[in-house]
Parts: sequence; structure tokens; C-alpha cells
Amino acid sequence: MGLRTGTFHENYSQEMAILSSKGQWGIMAVLLVLLFACPLFVSDRMLTILTTIGIAVVSVHGLNILTGYCGQISIGHSGFMAVGAYTSAILCAKLGWPFWAALPCGALAAGIAGLLFGLPSLKIKGFYLIMATIAAQFIIIWIIIQLRSITGGTDGLLVPKPTIGPIVLSSKANYYYLVMIFVVLATITAHNIVRTRAGRAFIAIRDNDLAAEVMGVSLWSYKLQAFFIGCIYAGVAGSLLVHYVRFASIEQFPFMDSVWYLGMLIVGGMGSTAGAIFGVVALKLLDELVTVAGPILAAAVAPQAAASLALISHGLIIIIFLIFEPRGLHHRWEMIKVYFKLWPFSHQET
Amino acid sequence: MTFFLQLVVTGLAQGMVYALIAIGFVIILKCSEVFNIAQGHFVLIGGYLGWTFLVPLGLPIWAALPAAIAVAIVMGLLIERLMLRPLIGQPVLAVVMMTIALSTVLGGLATLLWGAEYKAYHGLLPTITLKVGEISIPSESLIGLIVSIICVALLMFLFRYTKIGLAMRATAEDLQVVQSVGIKATTVYAASWIIASVVGVIGGILLGGVSGANMDLALIGLKAFAVVLLGGVNSIGGAIVAGIILGMLENVAAGYLDPLLPGGGLAQVFPFFVMIIVLVFRPHGLFGLAHIERV
Repeated sequence: MGLRTGTFHENYSQEMAILSSKGQWGIMAVLLVLLFACPLFVSDRMLTILTTIGIAVVSVHGLNILTGYCGQISIGHSGFMAVGAYTSAILCAKLGWPFWAALPCGALAAGIAGLLFGLPSLKIKGFYLIMATIAAQFIIIWIIIQLRSITGGTDGLLVPKPTIGPIVLSSKANYYYLVMIFVVLATITAHNIVRTRAGRAFIAIRDNDLAAEVMGVSLWSYKLQAFFIGCIYAGVAGSLLVHYVRFASIEQFPFMDSVWYLGMLIVGGMGSTAGAIFGVVALKLLDELVTVAGPILAAAVAPQAAASLALISHGLIIIIFLIFEPRGLHHRWEMIKVYFKLWPFSHQET
Repeated sequence: MTFFLQLVVTGLAQGMVYALIAIGFVIILKCSEVFNIAQGHFVLIGGYLGWTFLVPLGLPIWAALPAAIAVAIVMGLLIERLMLRPLIGQPVLAVVMMTIALSTVLGGLATLLWGAEYKAYHGLLPTITLKVGEISIPSESLIGLIVSIICVALLMFLFRYTKIGLAMRATAEDLQVVQSVGIKATTVYAASWIIASVVGVIGGILLGGVSGANMDLALIGLKAFAVVLLGGVNSIGGAIVAGIILGMLENVAAGYLDPLLPGGGLAQVFPFFVMIIVLVFRPHGLFGLAHIERV
């Protein structure tokens, strides 16, 4: 992508700026205002959907750093979310910690779990790593069930209302603001992490790990860093999720969620921060469509049609994207932007 | 002692089921380097197909089996042609996600067609029960063992004495060489998917005939990957040996350790522990070829 017409970079900080023109700042400001004004005009149900989308966005940003940038495929992301979720839930419910202190601890715990299960990645890659992370997912959930005395096992755990100082986040709108602050923070940090030295090392490892090692990129250090950072995001998302529903149970972190997080990344486009957001929004909206269409279909065809519609539609959307648009919605979006850059005049550059 | 032996025998049964799933997985992997996560779902479809042909349609077993195999062949062909062929040359993640997506579509279809219900068709298939002393050897393990052995024998024959078998082995060795001597790799891929789908469906029918068909058959597929990894991903014999080992270990470990653990359920997660251990210490498994990467 070249520069837009009329924009000139005169010094390094302009070159490095993410938003390079006043117009982009304006669009971003409008988007942010809209995002934070949502509770004023959308319905309660819509607010719930937006909150869950926000939580998933935080989680998928982590997976994007790990899988999209560093190339370490993980199908255990919801397991790492569970680690963060249960850590902060236990700290709040059993030890009476405040929410703002428990959340970072949950994130850290998830990061450490990620380090632990990231260790095999030093020796294996590709399919073998996928298997190791699937194993991580099941082992984590099993350990949570085993630690019945502190996690509540299969019964789950009640989590008190989250409070930050004097503010009790009891209403949906309050929590929506909290989640959106995290979404914005997560997006900014995710977008910047990949522009740092570590981020460039991740990309080098993804593109060719042997070449990266020969050039002096320490695989040991950077692969583990990617796992750590990716799982910290998962931990934050997990904490946000259990404090939102005020209940922690293993059913919130099923194996299929791990698969869908990866699916969101594929639909949105791997290795792009905007792609992660696109993917989450697309698949979550599909979910909503299924919840709406399911009962109609169940009445018209057969009672089990609703359950199968969810499975088949998710599977098909991933198949379609893999075959026809493997670079995801983000790539399509860029193409559209390029097309309209000099519209209505023809434009050669891609 | 009887308790231990009973655990071992139950484990054997479980292990043979794993082995059946693992064989189909290994065939596809050997020929096309595709990791087929959906292999367990072939078994699931097979279980339900067996019920469909035997109970509502009331076919005798000698007609039901070929009918199910015919469906399996069509299924394998369609999957290869529509889903996997566009992905030739794509990275591992794309292929794995494709087979995961395939598994959810198959699961969804099974839910749609058969309502995800438990469908039993006991007594329609010949069952064999063997009693040695106080230990009864369950029918699943005998049937699993017999089918696995027959499958392996047939596959050995196919790989050794037929042209397509030779082409498949050659493709497993080196794709470019195979293409340069004029073998159509796509035919080989199609053949491998057909074989895997047929093996899965036969396994499903037999398992369904013993313990009924339900959605759990597909979940076993995920655990069977521990078997594949333990045996070595490109060894059919290894899959069987590892299946037996893992099935027994799992049952013995669960039998003795579950009472000590508060939550239990060790058998559910044991294969995943084995998976991690194998991946860390011996990624190519017991009988697999060690992969050496040259730059």
C-alpha cells in the first residue's frame, strides 16, 4: 500500500505513525465516540452481543500474535482463557481481592500456563504443535475439575460483582465500557507489539524459522515470548468473561471455542490486527444469525436442525474462506480501499 | 489380579477402537501429508449409516455393508475433490482447519439426519464373546482386532501388489518425482481419502453393532491422535501396537488412580498426557520415521 495522495512524510515520527493524516484521526475519533456511545442508543440484547464480541476480540488479538504473527498454531486458546478466568475468579471469590488486582494476576497466570505448554514448541512445529495445544486444552480443563476444593470443579464458582474503587460495575452499560476500554488497549498494544523488535522476530520465525535462527533470532526466547504474550491476552479475556457473567464454569471454555478462535482469525485474516477484529465480528454475527434462524428452521424442518445449523454454518464459512479468500476479510477490505483510492480513475498500484 | 486383567482386556477393546481410527488417519497422512482431524467423524457417520441400512431400511448385513461402503466411497471422493484439492500446496494450518471444519460439518450432518441420538442395533451383527477364566473378552475388542487385522492385510496387499498402491507409496516418498514420471497425484489423493473413509465407516458399523452409535464416537477420534503420535504418524503397524498400548495404559491408570483423585475422569485425559510426553521426548513416535530437516 502506498501513501494516500497528498500525504508526505517529512520525518521519522511521521513515517512511524499508525494514523498518518488528520482524516484518519478524524475517522478513528468518530469510531471511538460511536463505540463508547453505544449504550445510549442500542438495546440491552445488542449490548450483550457487543460485550461478548469485545471479550472475544481481546482473546483473538492474543491468538493473532501467537499464530498470525509468530506462526505457532494453538488450538488451546480457550484453555488458557480458563486459566486466567479461574485465577481471577478464585482471587475475588475466595480471597476477597478487588477486581482490578485479580485481573492482572489472572493474566499473568494464563501467561505462565502458556509458557509451560509452549515449551514443546521449541522441539516441534506444525501439526505436532497443534496436537500439543489441543492436549493443553484438555489437560487444563481436567486440572480445573480436579481442584474441586478451590475451583468448585464441575459445579462452577460464583464470582462477586466486579468493583473498581467506589464504582460497582453492576449494570450492563458499565461493564460494556470496561470491556471496550480493554478492547481499545488490547488493540493498540497488539498493533504496536508487532512493530517492535520482538514483533519483527515473530514474523521472521513465522516465515522461516531456520532462516530466522541463522540470522540470530533466538527461537527459544521469542517462541516462548509469543506464547506468553498471546496467553496474557487470553487470561485478560477469560477474566473479563467470568466477571461479566459472575460465574466461572468449565462449560464457558469448551474445546470448540479454541477452534472457533482460530476460525475467526482465518475469516478475518491472519497476521493483521484489523483482521482479528473483522473475524470476531463476522463469526459472532453469524452466531446471532444462527440463534435467530435456528428456531425458525427447527419448526420448519426438524427439532435438531437448530443445533446442526450452528455446526454446519460455522464449518462451511471456514471452508469457504479457506478456499476462496485464504487471506481473510482484512485482505478484501484492503483491496476495496485500493480500488476506491483514486476512484473514479483507474489505478495500477495494488 | 482379576481386576488388573479385566482392566487390561477392557483397555484392549478401547485400544482397538483407537487403532481403527488411527489406521485411516495414517493412510491419508502417508499419501498426501494431510492431517485429517475428521477421521473420528468418519467412524461416527459409519455408525449411523450402519443403523440406517440395518434398522429403518431392514437390509441384511451382506447388503448393508456394501451399501455403506458405497456411501463411504462417494463421501471420500466428494471431500477430496471439493475441500482438499483446492488446498494443495497451502500451509499446514489451512489444511488442518479445513479438516476441523469438515469434522464440524460432518457432525452437523449427523445431528441433522440422525438427531444426535443414541441408536442401538444390537444382535443384528454377529457377536463373539470369549471367556478366559473369569475374564470376559468384550466383543468390541475382538471385532476391532479382527477388522484391524483384515484392514491391515488388505492394505498391505494393496500397497505391495497393485499399481495404485505403488503410486501411493511413491507419492508418500516424493511428490515431485511422482509427478515427473506421469503419475497423477490427485488420483492418489482421492484413493487415499476413499480408503480412509471406507475404513472409518466399516469401523463405525462394527462399533455401532456392538455398543450402538452416538456422538461420542467422534470424540474418540481426538483421543486417537495420541495413538497416532505414539505409534509414529507414518506407520500403520505402529498405529495398531500403540492403540493397544495406549488403551491398556489408559484403563489401568484410570482403574488404579481414579479412586485417589477427587474429580476422577483420568481415562478422558490420559491420552493427552501421553501426547504431550511423546511430543516432547520422541516426536516421531515408536515406529515413525525420524524427520531430519536439511537447509
